[in-house]
Amino acid sequence: MGLFADKYPDVAYQEKERLWEQVKADPRYPSYLYGCYECGICVAACPSARFYDFSPRKIAQAAAREDIDLIYEQMNDDVWNCSQCFSCNRCPRQNSPGGVITILREVAVKNGLKSAKQALEGYSRIIYKIMGTGTQVSPDMLQPDAFPDWGPQVREVSADLELWRRALPPETLHTTSTGWQVDDKTIIELYLIWHNTGVMDMIAEVDEGLHMILNDVMEEKLEEAGYEV
Amino acid sequence: MTATATAEVIPYNAVNTKSSRKFERQAEYAPEDFHDHLFELEAEGEWIVQRVPEPYVEVMTKFGRKKKIPLEMTWHHKSCGQCGHIPGYSTAIFWLNRKLDLKYTDPTDQTSCTAWNYYASATSNAAAQAGVAMRNFAAAYETGYYPLIHCGTSYGHYKEVREEMMHHAEVRHQVRDVMKKLGKPLVMPEEIVHYSEWIHAVRDRIAAKQKRDFSNLAVTVHPACHYYKLVQEDAIYDPDIYGGQRTATVSALIVALGAEVRDYSTWFDCCGFGFRHILVQRDFTRSFATRRKIEVMKEEANPDVVITHDTGCVTTLDKSQFVGQAHGLNVGVPVMSDAQFAALAMGAHPYRVCQLHWHSTDYKPLLEKMGIDHEAAWAEFQEDLKKLKSGEKEYLTWEDVG
Ligand code: SF4
Ligand code: SF4
Repeated sequence: MGLFADKYPDVAYQEKERLWEQVKADPRYPSYLYGCYECGICVAACPSARFYDFSPRKIAQAAAREDIDLIYEQMNDDVWNCSQCFSCNRCPRQNSPGGVITILREVAVKNGLKSAKQALEGYSRIIYKIMGTGTQVSPDMLQPDAFPDWGPQVREVSADLELWRRALPPETLHTTSTGWQVDDKTIIELYLIWHNTGVMDMIAEVDEGLHMILNDVMEEKLEEAGYEV
Repeated sequence: MTATATAEVIPYNAVNTKSSRKFERQAEYAPEDFHDHLFELEAEGEWIVQRVPEPYVEVMTKFGRKKKIPLEMTWHHKSCGQCGHIPGYSTAIFWLNRKLDLKYTDPTDQTSCTAWNYYASATSNAAAQAGVAMRNFAAAYETGYYPLIHCGTSYGHYKEVREEMMHHAEVRHQVRDVMKKLGKPLVMPEEIVHYSEWIHAVRDRIAAKQKRDFSNLAVTVHPACHYYKLVQEDAIYDPDIYGGQRTATVSALIVALGAEVRDYSTWFDCCGFGFRHILVQRDFTRSFATRRKIEVMKEEANPDVVITHDTGCVTTLDKSQFVGQAHGLNVGVPVMSDAQFAALAMGAHPYRVCQLHWHSTDYKPLLEKMGIDHEAAWAEFQEDLKKLKSGEKEYLTWEDVG
């Protein structure tokens, strides 16, 4: 029985427990949580705790107590607020609350939790970019409507992008749709990694449309290169 | 009271990185030395360890161990955020290598580490992340050059991967099987080295070639979280810099270049990048960067420039200031990497090499303090652009930029 009122009473305890077992089964988990002094050092260091109703101490506590209901609540309502800066690694107990959060997020994605889908809304184009092209950030992402709060300088970059890219001395940086020039062979190898480590299945759980587009792009290239998917 | 120039007066630039406290880390708190495990696994035939090529410089890490930093034959593992959005960062790193006559390669057989996406969306897993790292390491090994990692997040994440690959045979074997499918060997570098560690190792060579006087510059340093908080025992520390209590990387360079490092109370705070926040929850990023970092620096240290050593930090601290300025916050400090700062010290062109026109916050007063005629420099760069536009030249080359 947890210390807090169950915020998700409609979700069966067994289901919450099943997800928690997946978190604990991650090989990294034992080295991310050794127990908790409840000292709050992680909270003092945590940027997200300053701006959200969020606490790495609470995450560590819930995990250490195995408070299944609270962990499920955090997996839905809290984990996406974390900045993944790992300032909380200064924990005197050698915990990594941020690392526990990485695993909680991964389990949320792998199981297609509604909150994970919501958290990833508006994010698909980034996943497409990194998984499909091999570089996560490209110069052509710098569009004024995407970054209105970055001021007029973004407009200047996007207006003369192709020209400004040609004014870069390193030969690999003349690209606009990828961060640098990436070999076709390299991209194929990246696709093989995604296919052979279950990442494509994770994408299918959270965004079917994105999964379809990525699969089409990858299948074509992989088949051309003589790989069967 | 007036300050007099006596032998007792400690120069300003010494005060802020000097500490009267001697900070000795106790050996019992030191985590295991990963090298032992690394070589054991090699002896068992589990992987190949790529040795740091000679010549290298030995530096000290947090618990007093030595870390080898290669000087040349480096394989530049580029950063997507640097190359994509602040390309003067990567250009400056290459330019420094060229000016110091150190051999390197800029590969096209390289992907992002994909950790930005992983920390933002969790749409990956430990084996896939390790697979991406090991593919890049194998690609470097095949060329005979040694990986030098440009991004702080790639660096921190790859160190996490090293931990996972060393301690979890199931992850290691899964990745080994994937590498087999790619026809690649499983290779782990002897040291995972960040470019800012390379700059740290060659800072005296940089200072020896310094062309611009920086003694009138006040600098605040933002140490990058993923550089020294992830696998923290493997970051550079030096008893002469902050008494060994904070990482010496970046600050030691500023001292070597004769500028003044000024301290501020929120130095340990992150920049507010947040991985997903900078893309889809930017209200948090903007607020944190301006309220907890730039405003505090302005109030407590009033610097001419913020120097940092990671992709996300330069982007966040620079771009977030626009809205802060619109709201009348006490902001307005240019932000750049240690690589660009070092290049400017060595006489690099602010636009052709450091590509400062990709940065947002006004850097012109800083250039003036550095003694750079930025109007003339901009006019030169405009001439370059004209030539590129007319087709007279296809690209600006290394020969063009001096
Ligand atoms: S710093 Fe560590 S021990 Fe202290 S509250 Fe946080 S997780 Fe618990
Ligand atoms: S990793 Fe997350 S929980 Fe830890 S300090 Fe950073 S924001 Fe807070």
